[in-house]
Amino acid sequence: MMTIAEVQNEIIDEFSMFEDWEERYQYMIDLGKTLPLIEEKYKTDDHIIKGCQSKVWVHAEMENDKVNFTADSDAIITKGIIAILIRVFSGQHPKDIIDADTEFIDKIGLKEHLSPTRANGLVSMIKQLKMYAIAYQTQLN
Amino acid sequence: MVFDVESIRKDFPILNRKVNGKPLVYLDNAATSQTPQQVIDVIVDYYSNYNANIHRGVHALSQEATDAYENARRTIQSHFNAKHPHEIIFTSGTTHSINMVANGFASLLKKGDEIIVSALEHHSNIVPWQMLCEKTGATLKVIPMSSEGELIISEYDKLLNENTKLVFVNHISNALGTINPIENIIDKAHNVGAAVLIDGAQACPHLKPDVQKLNVDFYVCSAHKICGPTGIGMLYGKEEWLQKLPPYQGGGEMIAEVSFDKTTYADLPHKFEAGTPNVCGGIAFGAAIDYMNTIGFGTIAQYEDELLEYATNELLQIQELKIYGTSANKTSVISFNVGNIHPYDLGTLLDKMGIAVRTGHHCAQPIMDFYKIPGTVRASFMFYNTKEEIDLFISALKKSIMMLS
Repeated sequence: MMTIAEVQNEIIDEFSMFEDWEERYQYMIDLGKTLPLIEEKYKTDDHIIKGCQSKVWVHAEMENDKVNFTADSDAIITKGIIAILIRVFSGQHPKDIIDADTEFIDKIGLKEHLSPTRANGLVSMIKQLKMYAIAYQTQLN
Repeated sequence: MVFDVESIRKDFPILNRKVNGKPLVYLDNAATSQTPQQVIDVIVDYYSNYNANIHRGVHALSQEATDAYENARRTIQSHFNAKHPHEIIFTSGTTHSINMVANGFASLLKKGDEIIVSALEHHSNIVPWQMLCEKTGATLKVIPMSSEGELIISEYDKLLNENTKLVFVNHISNALGTINPIENIIDKAHNVGAAVLIDGAQACPHLKPDVQKLNVDFYVCSAHKICGPTGIGMLYGKEEWLQKLPPYQGGGEMIAEVSFDKTTYADLPHKFEAGTPNVCGGIAFGAAIDYMNTIGFGTIAQYEDELLEYATNELLQIQELKIYGTSANKTSVISFNVGNIHPYDLGTLLDKMGIAVRTGHHCAQPIMDFYKIPGTVRASFMFYNTKEEIDLFISALKKSIMMLS
């Protein structure tokens, strides 16, 4: 299993092959279109993060001391970014999720999507991922 | 005056900038308009030469600032054709103005009274009235809209009765651009003895309301939608209404004390302008109105109608594109969606190509609920936009759709 830092570096490498914003966005759109990210039963108001413009749903489970995340959004580009975030955080130990940062998003040219003032629900989503990790970490202590 | 958009554009320095490496195409004018150099100069001049607190100082700067501020009030009075300068109250903007009236009515309403609002309202026009109803026990009634985005006047007629105390409607809908038949709405409200407040935030950039001719009781707007700065707006109120309403800030005993000192606090408009006002904003608001009048509202409306028609026709060529708000009587605002594509995705890609549009529910969630959509993309045009910009917008939109489908 790769560490969070290793996965992030792998994503940075992948994105470095794109020549312009169009290729980057097309990649995210394709990610957003293809991946089934969450079971339909979790797309309820209990799992929703309201982002004003696009909705995000998040669900977490812990198995063998690793947290698995599933999530979805009604906007495709948001969903593409969620796919990237899940690839980074899912399957990791709660402690590592709590300690991880998201600076790699800056390096792959998607910084504006994680601005706290952008009403797409992603900043709240990352907060939510970390909250789940904190909750599971407490269970392990 | 012959309208030459290229020379008009030279007045707006911001239109030369680039966004994401592309020339800016600014089509979010219904959210805020851009500021011409003539208004920027007035702001710079104020802070460079005569910044002072007003109405108080005996020194030269204070006098100059007071004169400029009160001149701006007269400019606004004459623009809206109010009877008296003191019927123009400076506020921080439309929302502030509405809250001022809602707050004033709290002491005039009782249980059983009714307030009518329209289904086309912005959140800032719904929430203050809900709060007012909670406070007073009055009931809120809503004029429904048709699928074209027009108010159904026959339903309005049914809502009016002797309990109706206040009718509140926007002049033009921010989400759809519909121009509401406010003359008719005002007359009918007056027939049952109700007061009328019209929100002119979206109307003032496109037309020149005459408050006496409309016979409206309150009319409100913000400077930043008509080429002025943010943080300043106005409340027009008929003198008798402004005298009837209690002050918004400060409280009654303060007024007694101040009038005992023989200052002018208790008089209009100062009764509603407690504290140091936005002096520079007020002066710049006046300058913005002067600027717009130099171009002329007839010229502006004619040109913007051309832009609206051109953009509407171009957009309708796109497959699966649906326009929300199709009233024949509308301003240069186009709200739309394409198939099942989320407006946020379109807005994000358009921004990458330098096109600024608005996406989301436009603070008018009840309208989005009516159409059962999460939101729309909204392109809104001002007199400084061009057909070439609309072409850039359309081709960027087609490219975004291709990327997303």
